[in-house]
Amino acid sequence: MLLKLILKNALRHKLRTGLTLTGIVVAILAFGLLHTIVRAWYAGADATSSSRLVTRNAISLVFPMPLSYQPKLRAISGVAGVSYANWFGGVYITEKNFFPQFAVQADTYFKLYPEFLVDDAQMKDFLHDRKGALVGRKIAEMYGWKVGDVVPLRGTIWPGNWEFVIRGIYHGADQKTDQSQFFFHWDYLNETAKKNYPRRANTVGVYILALQDPARAAEISTAIDATFKNSLAETLTETEKAFQLSFVAMTETILTAVQAVSYVVILIIMAVMANTMAMTVRERLAEYATLKALGFSAGFVTRLIFGESVAIALIGAAIGIALTFPIAQAFGNAMGTLFPIFYVAQETVVMQVGAALIVGLVAAVAPSWRAATVNIVKGLRSVG
Amino acid sequence: MPLIMPLIEIRNLSKAYRRGDQTVPVLAGISLDVEAGEFIGLMGPSGSGKSTLLNLIAGIDKPDAGVLRVGGIDITQLPEAALADWRAANVGFIFQFYNLMPVLTALENVELPLLLTPLSRHERRERAEFFLGLVGLADRMTHTPAELSGGQQQRVAIARAMITDPTILVADEPTGDLDRVSGGEILDLMDRLNRELKKTIVMVTHDPKAAERAHRLRHLEKGVLTDEIESPV
Ligand SMILES: Nc1ncnc2c1ncn2[C@@H]1O[C@H](COP(=O)(O)OP(=O)(O)OP(=O)(O)O)[C@@H](O)[C@H]1O
Ligand SMILES: [Mg+2]
Repeated sequence: MLLKLILKNALRHKLRTGLTLTGIVVAILAFGLLHTIVRAWYAGADATSSSRLVTRNAISLVFPMPLSYQPKLRAISGVAGVSYANWFGGVYITEKNFFPQFAVQADTYFKLYPEFLVDDAQMKDFLHDRKGALVGRKIAEMYGWKVGDVVPLRGTIWPGNWEFVIRGIYHGADQKTDQSQFFFHWDYLNETAKKNYPRRANTVGVYILALQDPARAAEISTAIDATFKNSLAETLTETEKAFQLSFVAMTETILTAVQAVSYVVILIIMAVMANTMAMTVRERLAEYATLKALGFSAGFVTRLIFGESVAIALIGAAIGIALTFPIAQAFGNAMGTLFPIFYVAQETVVMQVGAALIVGLVAAVAPSWRAATVNIVKGLRSVG
Repeated sequence: MPLIMPLIEIRNLSKAYRRGDQTVPVLAGISLDVEAGEFIGLMGPSGSGKSTLLNLIAGIDKPDAGVLRVGGIDITQLPEAALADWRAANVGFIFQFYNLMPVLTALENVELPLLLTPLSRHERRERAEFFLGLVGLADRMTHTPAELSGGQQQRVAIARAMITDPTILVADEPTGDLDRVSGGEILDLMDRLNRELKKTIVMVTHDPKAAERAHRLRHLEKGVLTDEIESPV
């Protein structure tokens, strides 16, 4: 009967409860979406493997390294494999169609990335076609590409009109895998560079290294950078995760702001909810006084009010969470490749439930204190 | 000197309210005995302190001074929580405006005080049905207070007051909000509870029709008890 009393009380003022509930739904939804956006931002780093290192030019990522580093890197003890890639930065039809493009040493590159799942026959076709491309499922779907299609890219860093034939489409091993990348052959890029920009031939943007023992990452990184100390292009080696996070760091302030907004939303709804509960309890003081006169304890009255507040908050949260999934999906699709990895994590849902619980509990503190400590005679006189 | 201890024993009970720097006395040294099984009426002009006295007897208000023993226990000395338990076990409340829980049905309202007892759900239900039947509302169990007339609501309230088999029933203007016919029915019911179930009743009223039913009437005037009139029963 206690539960019934709580639920019936909660639904007593349909309009007021409805409005408060709507507020909670919107707040929990916004909180979940903002949290998902922040996570998506860090997702690149999350998806990385700790057994891979990235070596780049110590001055800046925009400066290349000589191709001749490859055998030297391979010779360093603890390094299990080496591949390399160049950022291409081409434009597909218009600037709006952004997706990352890499020219990679294909024979070695995909051995280092087991999370890219490709059909064996497609991989073979790709490796055999000098102008072939291997693309992620997400961009293939977005632009309607099929195997055999010709994709033109307008080079910016490497000016000119380039054409690639799609030879394969890769899938991600799990939700965290970036499925929006475009790969083609480094050899093709290098041949063209030899003809058109000879000074830029035989250079590499980043080296990717696989380790025999990920625990030795720090030690091996130091060894690599020491090897190229005082050479023409000094190197900076770090784990793939640290490498990715260095990109995120540039936008850290924005992320902090987004996170702050998500908490402000919760604070606002907390105030709204507290106001609703205060109004509700003020109207019902005579009822709470009656309960106390009948011998019910202050604790009982407190439980009634906390129960009602938490029930409303959790019902709102349930609806808000249910809406988060489809809306996050629609949002992720609309954002396209800006957030290659966009999904509602379990952690986000847990935080949504937690936020709702805190809202419900905090909102009930002052009203329940008032009802629990009300003087019975005065309370009975108050007219609801 | 009565041989048997009175059920309610009030000695030099006083209470005052402070308004700013002056004190307004509401009860000034009241002494009164109520025997078990009595039906006593308290009358007096508005503001004379009737409700205040009744609230003290019911244990929902505290006096400034004096002794108030019910069944031998000085309830003025009980701490808050113990007093709440005492009320649950010993007092049945009948209010002028019924004070039912609007979201509960008639049956649930009657059952409510039993949540404070160790009775099982089934036993509670059975008892509530019995008492709702006793006040003549067996066919209104699932109605909410809003679906009942004033007289019916007051009967639900009486069933709620009776369900714990309290030592005393306190009623503050039980007919104050009712028409003559419903008021008469409520008074008949209280009369029966007193005669047949031997309930001790303390009732505050303005209504001469209600006052007629009391065995004994006491008059309050400016916080002091005046003449005593035996009713012509
Ligand atoms: N909280 C309070 N603060 C100050 N004075 C109060 C307070 N409550 C009651 N009083 C005063 O106590 C006196 C007695 O009040 P009480 O309610 O007992 O009167 P009553 O005899 O029941 O009157 P009525 O017949 O109108 O119900 C009144 O003069 C009232 O103004
Ligand atoms: Mg009164």
